[in-house]
Amino acid sequence: MTAPAELPIHGNSDIVLVRQRVRTAAVEVGLSLVDQTKVVTAASELARNALVYAGGGQVRIEVVHNGVRRGLRLAFSDDGPGIPDLDQALTDGWTTGGGLGLGLSGSRRLMDEFELKSAPGEGTLVTVTKWAR
Amino acid sequence: MDRVPVLKLGDILIVSIQIDLQDQSVLALQEDLANKVVETGARGVIIDITAVEIVDSFIGRMLATIAAISRMLDAETVVVGMRPAVAITLVELGLSLGGVRTALNLEKGVALLNHIDGSEIATAAR
Repeated sequence: MTAPAELPIHGNSDIVLVRQRVRTAAVEVGLSLVDQTKVVTAASELARNALVYAGGGQVRIEVVHNGVRRGLRLAFSDDGPGIPDLDQALTDGWTTGGGLGLGLSGSRRLMDEFELKSAPGEGTLVTVTKWAR
Repeated sequence: MDRVPVLKLGDILIVSIQIDLQDQSVLALQEDLANKVVETGARGVIIDITAVEIVDSFIGRMLATIAAISRMLDAETVVVGMRPAVAITLVELGLSLGGVRTALNLEKGVALLNHIDGSEIATAAR
């Protein structure tokens, strides 16, 4: 997969599809089995977040390069209500959706790079990257 | 929606998750198991996740909830067959599954349940 892929997240079955596509891409990029598992798990958390908090969104799956290193970049975006307090949202155990509050904070730990952009009324964009070792 | 079958072996219920779980299937499994525990009077539940490639916080919470529900219905739950990569990822995610017993494989899971059952009868009270 060289061209970026866009996948919609509109229902529970889409979370499963996102996991499968991210797994395939992670294998192609050459991530180790443990890193594949981490990336797919983070993707599952972030896809569910988009569904639960924004009613849906999409993910862009992209292979990125840094010199000779290859990586997998996932950008989850939605047009939901946005996050008023980013620091709070990134705190372990903080949730407004009845979950465990590990989605954002846990995904940040599982990935090499993590960027969260959001503001009330402006939706949310979470971009995460994992580099092959 | 796919449903995960619940098998009965003696007084143990065995669930082997062989599909990429949708959230709805996870919730259905919780109910199916609770009903089956009461219906059969099972003393133990084994959840085999050998084929499960990832456990995210939703599935992790489901495992902990099943263990808690079963305990309330007088059955112990053991999760067996967790892959090393899944264990590493779960811990890094921040989910230690504190209340869930684990065993490396089905055989050890059955042995653990028999042991728990035996020692509980021996000490009589808890």
